[in-house]
Amino acid sequence: MSQPIRLKTPLADADVEKLQAGDKVLLTGVIYTGRDAAHKRLFDLLKEGKPLPVDLKGQIIYYVGPAPAKPGQAIGSAGPTTSGRMDAYSPKLMEIGLKGMIGKGMRKKEVVEAMKKYKAVYFAATGGAGALLAKAIKKAQVVAYEDLGPEAINQLEVVDFPVIVVNDTQGNDLYQQGMQQYAR
Amino acid sequence: MREINAKQITEVVRKLCIDSNLYLGEDVLKALDEGEKKEESPVGKEVFQQLKENARIAREEQVPICQDTGLAVLFVELGQEVHIVGGDFNAAINEGVRQGYKDGYLRKSSCHPFARTNTKDNTPAIIHLEMVPGEKIKITVAPKGGGSENMSMVNMLSPSDGIEGVKNRVVEWVKQAGSNPCPPIVVGVGVGGTFEECALTAKKALLRPLGQKNPDPQLAAMEEELLTRVNNLGIGPQGLGGRITALAVHVEMIPCHIASFPMAVNINCHAHRHKEAVI
Repeated sequence: MSQPIRLKTPLADADVEKLQAGDKVLLTGVIYTGRDAAHKRLFDLLKEGKPLPVDLKGQIIYYVGPAPAKPGQAIGSAGPTTSGRMDAYSPKLMEIGLKGMIGKGMRKKEVVEAMKKYKAVYFAATGGAGALLAKAIKKAQVVAYEDLGPEAINQLEVVDFPVIVVNDTQGNDLYQQGMQQYAR
Repeated sequence: MREINAKQITEVVRKLCIDSNLYLGEDVLKALDEGEKKEESPVGKEVFQQLKENARIAREEQVPICQDTGLAVLFVELGQEVHIVGGDFNAAINEGVRQGYKDGYLRKSSCHPFARTNTKDNTPAIIHLEMVPGEKIKITVAPKGGGSENMSMVNMLSPSDGIEGVKNRVVEWVKQAGSNPCPPIVVGVGVGGTFEECALTAKKALLRPLGQKNPDPQLAAMEEELLTRVNNLGIGPQGLGGRITALAVHVEMIPCHIASFPMAVNINCHAHRHKEAVI
């Protein structure tokens, strides 16, 4: 088993270009949460040529709608949601500088192509391991769209947040590779 | 005739909502242990370890296993000798869901389909009511996450498709779902009935304890074959490649119309949650 790569956010092109599908990565720094409703709002703002509530250059969006924090917790359980629902919006966000996405499940061809074009990567976190993943999130603060409840955009401070590279900047796909290796 | 107060129903539903989201069943924990042993992929083994560790944290720290604490799906078996007093039955259940999701720090995931505005208390609950003999109420709460629920289907086959047609479609469907429903999954298959009853049958199949086969030998054999074929797809834990894509396949069957051959698939992720109580 290869040793995980430690990465600090924000990410530069050089950081993401060295990543390969299958690499285990531990992320430290600020990342942003965003899922269906928040993505639609960001996308609509970009269409109208308006500024976004957060600067996404070099940033990572984590597709998650956390459970509410209990007293004393930084955040409630916080595992990834299915990424495919964000496919319609992701290429546009990469065009303006988004460098990473964390979720689970397959991405459309257009999204994989956009990752090659704009130099970005797609990471998977373990779906359904929300209690475990929340341990790596030290701080959470709503920075936009509080009215969306669990779908609000949060700024998270993470330390050694465990992910694995599914799609890299060369167009490789860990889901396809893994399935081919083990199919009978 | 036995009187049951609506407040008691609310209290039971409240507790079941919390318990089902915090405490993974012994049958699932055992299936995760067995899955870890059988898994050949190193990354897959690691996923199993993470899921077991996650279940331990959830149990010990009393936090949800998964942030998607689901829509509250309830199966209620209402004894025909029961008289509910002190309130409205449906309102009592929804109040239990409201309190459970608030007090348990569970995520509220119910929203308006078009506007996508959150109802903010995870109601309305999805209630499946069945009247049975006796003077008790059995309530099962089975929170259903969106990621796995989205990978559901109903297919009105032709009778000429036969049992092979059903099996092939189940395998194709799981392959297409791939990494989306958070494998290792539990596959519920419903065969027969009408369009809506078939879907409900697939969902009910998920309630059977893991490790328990269908008592009908033909269906038990079908379950075993489907599990082998699904696991041969190589999707593996989290879709990262591996031997264990599903922990179990459960098939339930009911009679259908002479012209029809409905089948449905309902998938649960490894956070295979349900808790029941009898009042």
